[in-house]
Amino acid sequence: MIQTDICIIGAGPVGQFAVFEAGLLKLRCHLVDALPQVGGQLSEIYPQKPIYDIPGYPTIKAQELVDNLTEQIKPFNPTYTLGERLDAVEKTATGFNLRTSDGTEIDCKVVVIAGGLGCFEPRKPPLKEIANFEGKGVSYMVKDPELFRDKNVILAGGGDSALDWTIELSKIAKKITLVHRNETFRGAPDSADKVFELAKEGKINLLLKSNLESISGNGKLNSVKIKGADKSEMEIEADYLIPLFGLSPKLGPIADWGLSIHKNQIEVNTTDYSTNVPGIYAIGDINTYPGKLKLILCGFHEAALMAQSAFKHIYPEKHLSFKYTTVNGIESF
Amino acid sequence: MSDIKIKVQDYSGDVQELEAPTDMGLSLMEFLKANEYPILATCGGMALCATCHVIVEDGMDLLNDPGDQEMDQLDLLPNAEFNSRLACQLRLNPDMDGMMVRLAADEE
Repeated sequence: MIQTDICIIGAGPVGQFAVFEAGLLKLRCHLVDALPQVGGQLSEIYPQKPIYDIPGYPTIKAQELVDNLTEQIKPFNPTYTLGERLDAVEKTATGFNLRTSDGTEIDCKVVVIAGGLGCFEPRKPPLKEIANFEGKGVSYMVKDPELFRDKNVILAGGGDSALDWTIELSKIAKKITLVHRNETFRGAPDSADKVFELAKEGKINLLLKSNLESISGNGKLNSVKIKGADKSEMEIEADYLIPLFGLSPKLGPIADWGLSIHKNQIEVNTTDYSTNVPGIYAIGDINTYPGKLKLILCGFHEAALMAQSAFKHIYPEKHLSFKYTTVNGIESF
Repeated sequence: MSDIKIKVQDYSGDVQELEAPTDMGLSLMEFLKANEYPILATCGGMALCATCHVIVEDGMDLLNDPGDQEMDQLDLLPNAEFNSRLACQLRLNPDMDGMMVRLAADEE
């Protein structure tokens, strides 16, 4: 079991800087992130893009900022659980007990949610009852291709992963149908050519200008109805349906923690960025308040105020005097 | 006058004509949010989440071409149409006068 003063959920720039602000007050931090590396969306989505509104840097590349922050917080020796999603939170006598998707347990006195946009989860097609078939024929990713050997499989989508899996699974499945709402694919041209070739050779069933309309089955997926742009409808028998419509950011399990949430964002008190649950704070892009700006620099400010309040929450009897790093330097631990 | 008129159809089908400023550098997403349309805009305008998906009912030819990031997102949306755009990628400008959009992102 990991024990720490503050568990920070989300290792993006704001979560990272929270380690610094907490460290100045001698509070230890543990960072958890669903992504396998630190840096959040900066490292995952736009590492090479320049950022122009970090004070003191006329321009800095996203990954460079993350690397600098990693260096800046090193003296405070943060610990990490990466590649695991925080799933559950429980109140304890001394704070909180948190559990990740992989069963890692963390005991902490304060929870800081710095989750940015949230977790990226598969985008689901708007089909009635699709939730009832998840794990019973509908899956949003291919974990083990062998599952589809000698099966009737319908894939939907027009991106790279839809093309790639159509090609791969066509080698082992009994029958593959690819449903795409457009006439063309924007994915890698090589893969698109290959898919058209497979269709020509009759090795896959390619339904263009078509959309998923409905699904049916009895406890397990049985068939999928597909509607063409020309309003024609057809029903195809299927053992599996794999919708591949990319990822979209969701709040994830945090939504069930009893926090006050408005439009997928966590409402906070702007005096210290605390949530409605004492001991849980939310900073950065994931929180909302009147006048909120989703800027990294605003997240940094929120981290500083949060840390002061978290200290008082953990040590209500201690007096906290504010100190400048220029005067006192940094006392590492 | 740098204001333009934009018609917006909400989820219930109601259409409203709004006056939009073009001299403030606003995107259509920011303008719609400012007018309290229920758009999440989770990613804050980076063309990452598609929660500001709109269908351009009128005036598609008045718009700039979508960039790669926007095209990638649109390509993945199950309910995208040929005249789909992400409102965050449309900066309001005088050429857009008279356009009409329909909100199309999943309501959450």
